[in-house]
Parts: sequence; structure tokens; C-alpha cells
Amino acid sequence: MRGATHAKWAAGAVAVALTATACGGGGGGSSSGSGGANGIVSASWGDPQNPLEPANTNEVQGGKVLDMIFRGLKRYNPKTAKAENWLAQSITTKDSQNFNVTVKKGWTFSNGEKITAKSFVDAWNYGAYLKNNQVNAPFFQYIDGYDAVHPTTGQPSAKTMSGLKVTGPQTFTVRLSQKFSMWPDTLGYAAFSPLPSVFFTDHAKWLSKPIGDGPYTISSYTKGSQMKLRKWKNYPGPDKAKNGGVDLKVYTDNNTAYTDLTAGNLDLVDDIPASQLKNVKSDLNGRYLNTPAGIIQTIAFPFYNKNWNGKNSAKLRTGLSMAINRAQITKTIFENTRTPATDWTSPVLGTAGGYQHGLCGKACVYNPAEARKLIKEGGGIPGGRMTITYNADTGSHKEWVDATCNSINNVLHNNKACVGAPVGTFADFRSRITQHKMSGPFRAGWQMDYPLIQDFLQPLYYTNASSNDGKFSSPKFDKLVNQANAETDRTKAVKLFQQAEGVVRDQMAAIPLWYQNGSAGYSDRVSNVELNPFSVPVYGDIKVK
Amino acid sequence: MGRYVIRRLLQMIPVFIGATLLIFLMVNVMGDPIQGLCGNKACDPATAAQLRREFGLDKPVWQQYLTYMGHVFEGNFGTAFNGQPVIDLMAAAFPVTIRLTIVAIIFEIIIGIALGVVTGLRRGRPVDTTVLLLTLVVISVPTFVTGLLIQLLLGVEWNVISPSVSPEAPFNELIVPGLVLASVSLAYVTRLTRTSIAENRRADYVRTAIAKGLPRRRVVVRHLLRNSLIPVVTFIGTDIGSLMGGAIVTERIFNIHGVGYQLYQGILRQNSQTVVGFVTVLVLVFLVANLLVDLLYAVLDPRIRYA
Repeated sequence: MRGATHAKWAAGAVAVALTATACGGGGGGSSSGSGGANGIVSASWGDPQNPLEPANTNEVQGGKVLDMIFRGLKRYNPKTAKAENWLAQSITTKDSQNFNVTVKKGWTFSNGEKITAKSFVDAWNYGAYLKNNQVNAPFFQYIDGYDAVHPTTGQPSAKTMSGLKVTGPQTFTVRLSQKFSMWPDTLGYAAFSPLPSVFFTDHAKWLSKPIGDGPYTISSYTKGSQMKLRKWKNYPGPDKAKNGGVDLKVYTDNNTAYTDLTAGNLDLVDDIPASQLKNVKSDLNGRYLNTPAGIIQTIAFPFYNKNWNGKNSAKLRTGLSMAINRAQITKTIFENTRTPATDWTSPVLGTAGGYQHGLCGKACVYNPAEARKLIKEGGGIPGGRMTITYNADTGSHKEWVDATCNSINNVLHNNKACVGAPVGTFADFRSRITQHKMSGPFRAGWQMDYPLIQDFLQPLYYTNASSNDGKFSSPKFDKLVNQANAETDRTKAVKLFQQAEGVVRDQMAAIPLWYQNGSAGYSDRVSNVELNPFSVPVYGDIKVK
Repeated sequence: MGRYVIRRLLQMIPVFIGATLLIFLMVNVMGDPIQGLCGNKACDPATAAQLRREFGLDKPVWQQYLTYMGHVFEGNFGTAFNGQPVIDLMAAAFPVTIRLTIVAIIFEIIIGIALGVVTGLRRGRPVDTTVLLLTLVVISVPTFVTGLLIQLLLGVEWNVISPSVSPEAPFNELIVPGLVLASVSLAYVTRLTRTSIAENRRADYVRTAIAKGLPRRRVVVRHLLRNSLIPVVTFIGTDIGSLMGGAIVTERIFNIHGVGYQLYQGILRQNSQTVVGFVTVLVLVFLVANLLVDLLYAVLDPRIRYA
């Protein structure tokens, strides 16, 4: 039975292989060291897209790290999203245009360097300067002199912004190019973080292991695979880390991270794959978060196209909005990880911050009869057929676009009225939008930069604003926004912004679809896990058992 | 032999240039790489223009290609958009993928050939039918199904392995991913060997060897197997290249930070430098593997001579 011997040998090889892996598996378990205040949290991560400079990080993966190693003049309260003074002793203004900033004494970077007014001014000038290639440079656009360091075309004529002046060791003044009363509240964004002098003197060294002033320091960083952050014992702020550190591990796929979480090899996954949403509650025994984040999804219109910008088009757009059954789509497709939108901001702003439930009124409520009537009055769908363009590579947009079209088709009793139009890659999708090649509605999403109602309106609907992709323009809206920005009283400013939002509603500048939630799952080793309004876990508050 | 190798190496040059040019053009059609940097928002036009200048993207494509190839011959594969030199990414990714490929190839050789010999020698018997059916199942089930299933069973339900591979990716953690990666090829190797063995079993030289009274083991291993391996070696040789480049699915499932993962991320982020660099190296691997296969023929079958 020689053949049988061969078979036995092969089977033996498999057995040996499996046993060997078993050994490997046992050893490679979770980073269970000591528990309690010194326990280490292991969390899923993705490779940051750009180098980890504060003014060059505009996505959530790099943002996670910056949130741990940097603190700025203001910090957004992880629960209420309110901007609170952090390194700022005070920020005062009399005219909403000239600001006096006083930096608290006693703060240092983790390498011991004192944080002074200069740490901020130098960092901001670096971030704005065109030749430093910082993608967040536009955040400094309201500061006077930005045009000189960051001209739209040609070479910069200055290296520093004339609107920033250091007036003392801990004080500096900021002059804006326009009135902007809520400007201090934008300073919680990571791009406004202070930078130590080593950032400028030895940039390469700083990049390989960034140094900041937050509650954690980076103990080791292997690009593309993992970063170990440890609690900074001498951190002077009130939000000291409640655990010994965080190990961020890069995962090739969020499904794998989720599998590792269920197998007990990982403590925190902050991006639950859509395919697992059905099982997540039972898989994790309720250790699952689904909280609102500052993201709203909308359908935008090409206002540069006559078909969508005629005399009665507002009725057509409103009719389409009423033809979308938001409640059903968020329930069946998103497993309630989206909430039907009733305004153009986000619930994370809170009522005081400008969120107003139901501002959209009946225009955002599913009403087939009324929708049919309005679409008819608006001249019907241009050419009898419309498309909703989306990018097919990320975010599983196909499902909801098809569902939305279905909803519209059902209302119109015409199963060819609306179809989804996929574009292969996000980059291609974006370039078609920026070149104004859209002939019909397209998907649009907005993730807030800072929790202000201004950020949900001005960049999107102000004439020629940076993210006004549909080229919407309304003199009335622009006037109200200008008034709101000049208004020093916060409550009044918010009221004016809400009036401006009313213009967006009456014109139906974009159809609000739903607010997006942040989701996260965690292991039974950790507790007190929360997501902040930017859907980033509040790592410092996590407790290890 | 020497002249043959030199001729083959010279032939590689036009293939290499043609392949890289094609890749370069394809990556260029993919879309605007700068847009990928700005996330969900419209790029600030000034910064985008500055980045374009810096990466040389404002030049015509043929000029970009020439500059790029010039740099490649100096050993400089450019910089990925996250600021890391592509050569560093390669240094991190290739060892991992090579380890994974080695594991996979070993599985193919050991299990695939062993099963092939067993079934080839006992054609039509129950062992043969069972293995044939099994290979059919393996071939028809996509890798991501096998991968996810094995990961779920071994990693989560039975807890014998860790579902994800650590960044260092040592050999012992790569055994299961390697088996998954090898599974489809393994089935092909089995079938190829089986057919080849079954055919050669009736060849004159085998009958002669048996008639000479050689032990069965020697007949099978030295005479039958050696002559039957030529198609199998061709397959395994070309498979090295496709395993290295085609491990994307397996690498994503098991969290292996190898070539497939870097390629996938490069494509997703429109990072042309990364994509072209990695594919260029893969093209080289493919060419060299093919040459080695051709040379191996001569070793297996002395009748084949290269001049």
C-alpha cells in the first residue's frame, strides 16, 4: 500500500502545519499586559494618507493620532461639541475682526519646550505657506495676509501672514480679512495646533516620531503597520489619559479588524463593516456604539445646468426631496446607522449650536401625492429621465442611490425616471464635479471641520465657496451669512445662520438625506468607550479592566 | 547555455519597457492623483497646482515616463504621497509577500505533487475520485470564501490561530494564509501531475525500468515523476509571479501588509508612484521566474538542450 503511505504523509503534513499555526496563534494574542490605569488599549487603525503634520491631515486616521498628541487653543467637548478654552487663557474681540489671544502659562511640549505665542504663530504661518504643500492651508484663509502666502495662482509674495503678530511671550493678535464672530470656535481643529521648534529645525526627525503637547506621546511608530502611544505622565492638562497607552494597528480591511475584535485580539474597532451591522449587537454582547457624528449626506444639483436651474426648478427639487422615503432607506439599508435628516446641519451641534430639528419641514417628509404634484409643477424631470451620479469604489453608495431612485420611480409610477450613474473611482468622480460636467443630481457628503453651523452652510452654499460644487448662488443667502459672521452675539448669529438655512430650504439647494452616525465596537477588557462628534474614539477616557 | 541565458536576458529589455509603459499609461488614465489627497472635499486649487508641479504631473505623459524610468535606473522609485519613499514601502512589503509565496509554493509542491502522484497511480480508484472531486470544489470556490471561512472557523470559533497576521508576519503565522493562497493552484498542480503521471505510466521507459527489476519506489520517483514534472514546473514557475501579485485578496483577509495590500491602497488612493513601482518589480519577478522555469527543463529532461 505504497499509495496509502503517500496519502498518510500528506495528511501528516497538514496536521503538522495546523499544529505549528496553533502555536503561532496562541502566542500572538492580545496585548494583555497589566490592567487598570496602566493597561494598554489596542485599537484598529488605517494608514494615514498624508504625513502626520497637523495642517496636512484631513482624514480621520491621521486625525486620531493628532487628537491624542496635540492640544490647541480650544478643544471641542467630546460630549457636547462645544468649543472650550484649552491652551487659551482668553480670546477677546471688540469688532469680530481683531482678536487678542493669551496663551496659558505652564504648558510644554512633551520634549520639555515651553509653549508660547510663537509656537502658534509659527505653526500657522507654516500651515498657510503655499510651498509647504499643506492640504489644510485653506483653514487659515480668514487671516489677513493669507493671499500673499497662498495666492490662487503664481508664487507667494510673503512667507508669513501679516495678520498675525506676537505681542508678548504668551500673547498674540490676529487680524482677519473679514468679520467672523465665531472664528475663535474654529480653533479646536487640529490644523491650529502649536508646533515645537524641532518641527522646523529637524523636520524629517519630527515626522518619523511626531512630538506634540497632548496627553499621549508616541513611543514607536512603524509607518504602515503600527503606532504605540503611551501616556505622558507630565501632561499639564485636565484630560489626563485614563489608561497606560494605546496601540494603533493598521488593518488591511475593516472586516479583518472586526474578526480580530470578535476573536478577542483587539480592544476597539471604530469602523464596523456595513456587512456586519446586522450581527454586531449579538456578536459583541451590546458592546457597540452608534452615535451621531457631524456628517450629513445630501444630493446636490448642478446649478450651472439650465435644466436644473429654471424658473420653477425649486419646485422640482422640493418634489424630488418629498419623493424619497428616508425612513425606509435608513432602516433597511443602513440598519439605523443613519438618521433621516430634517435640516442641513447635524444633531451634534446641539440646539444652542444651531441644529434645528424639523427646519426642513414637510419638504423632507415622504409624501408621494404632493411630490408628484410639485414635480409636475416644476416642469417634470428634465427630459423625462434623471441620473444620480456617485462613486462606486468606496462607501457602498450603490445600495442607497438605487434605493433612492427606486423611491422616486415608485412615486412617479415610472421605473425609468431615475437611475444611478456610477463613476469608477472617487478621484474621477471629484474631477467631473470640479470641472462642472454633471448633467444631473449627484451625491454629496459633508463632514464638518468644526462643530459650527457656519461650517455646514458657508462652504457649501455661499456663492463661489470652496465646496459649493453645484454652483448654488443666492444673494439673499450670502447677505444673511455675512450678517451672521459680523454678529458678535452668538445666539443672534446662530439665528441669522438659521434664516440663511431657510433660504437653502426654500430653494432646495441640496436635498438633505440623512445624518451619519459613527459606529464602534469594543472588547470586554475596556469600558467607558465613547465617540466624539467627529466619530473619533475618545481614547484618553477609555478604562482598561 | 550561457549564450541562451544572455539572449533571454536581452529579450527581457523590450518586454520590461513595454510593460512599464503600459502600466504608466493605465495609471494615468485612472484619474487625478492629487484629488485623492484631499479626501471628500474639493482640493484647494493653489495647493493642488503646487503639488502637481512638485510631482511633475503638469508635464506631458511621455516626459513623465522618461523622467520616471531615468529615476528607476538610478534605483529611485519616487516618493509615495504620504512622504515615504516607495523603495521603503517595497523593503517592508516584499519580504512579507515573499515569505507568503514561499509557504504557498511549498504547499503546492508537497501536497499538490503528492496527491497528484497518488491519484495518477491509482486512476479510477476511490482515492482518485475523492481527490478529483475535492480539487473541483477547491477550484470552483473563490479564494475569499475559503479565506473568510477558514479565518472564521480557525480564528474565531476554534481559536487555534490568530485571525490576523502581525505586522512582522513570521513564517508560522503565514501557514494558514499560505494554504489559502495556494489552494486553487494546489488543485491545479494535483490535476496536472495526475494526468502527466497517468500518461507516462504506460511509457516504454517505465516498462523497461520495471522489467529491469528496479524497486517500485525508484521507478516512480526517479523515472516516472521526473519526466512527468515538466508541465507542473511550468505551472508552478509562472504561478510564483501571479501569487506575488495576486495575493491581494488573501492579504486583505488576513491583514498581511504585503505587496498586494500596498498595490490595493496605491490604486485606491491614486498613488501612481507606488502602483507603477510595485508593478515594475512584479514584472521583473515574472520575467526571471519564467527564465528559471525554462532552465529547469534542461535539468529535468536531459534531452532538452539550450544553445
